[in-house]
Amino acid sequence: MTLSVSHVIFVVLSATALVGALGVVLSRNLFRAALFLVLSFVGVAGLYILLEVEILAMIQLLIYVGAIAILIIFVIMVSRQLMSPQYRAWNQQRPGGAVVAVVLFAVLAFVLLSVTWPTAEAAVPQDAIARLGRALVAPDQFVLPFEVASVLLLVALVGAVVIAREK
Amino acid sequence: MQVPLSWYLIVAAALFCIGLYGVLSRRNAIAILMGVELMLNAVNVNLLAFWRYGEVARGTLAGQVFAIIVITVAAAEAAVGLALVIAVYRARRTVDVEEVELMKL
Repeated sequence: MTLSVSHVIFVVLSATALVGALGVVLSRNLFRAALFLVLSFVGVAGLYILLEVEILAMIQLLIYVGAIAILIIFVIMVSRQLMSPQYRAWNQQRPGGAVVAVVLFAVLAFVLLSVTWPTAEAAVPQDAIARLGRALVAPDQFVLPFEVASVLLLVALVGAVVIAREK
Repeated sequence: MQVPLSWYLIVAAALFCIGLYGVLSRRNAIAILMGVELMLNAVNVNLLAFWRYGEVARGTLAGQVFAIIVITVAAAEAAVGLALVIAVYRARRTVDVEEVELMKL
């Protein structure tokens, strides 16, 4: 198998995503973990671009990096004293959790590599984003999940304000 | 030449397992939420990889729509989860999940 440019880009992007993810779970400092989370999100956004779903890459950058990561950093700053160095970051499940994660990865990798996935080669259509926009509001396609998602966001918005409000 | 589908699936599996390790081994509620976000990201990589390597030939968009819904739910989850963290912090002066045991038998 010959290695092409897209293979190299894939390896670089996945390394970014995985190093970021490892930084999230391994760094003791919570603030640093949140910054590693941003790195991981950016790597995953790069993978989306490599998969030719640019709209999802933009959504990933806007929502995950721009909103969720910033929200997490905000909450870390509000609850500041957790960043003290003598704080124990891990519970006593740490070795067990590592074993579970490694075993699950081994099982998944074994299954993924032993199955020959039926793939269909096709070019992504030029108007993919326009078609996605139409599919999201077409009555015979995804209008119901789309509307349910908007109700969910409204409920989450109101719920978050009610829960976090000062009594 | 294109990257094989299984490479994406392996990376997504690794990302999911790293997130799972974070969820299982952290004591801080915010760190647990970050692990959940990593797992949701891994699921999205899977969905979009399957879309690109299978569904795009049929001309449908269920994979992309599914990924958008997952991102929406992740945003809602982060908002409510972090609001809960703030509420717990205000009431107990901690976000350590081992010290928040009011409902434990």
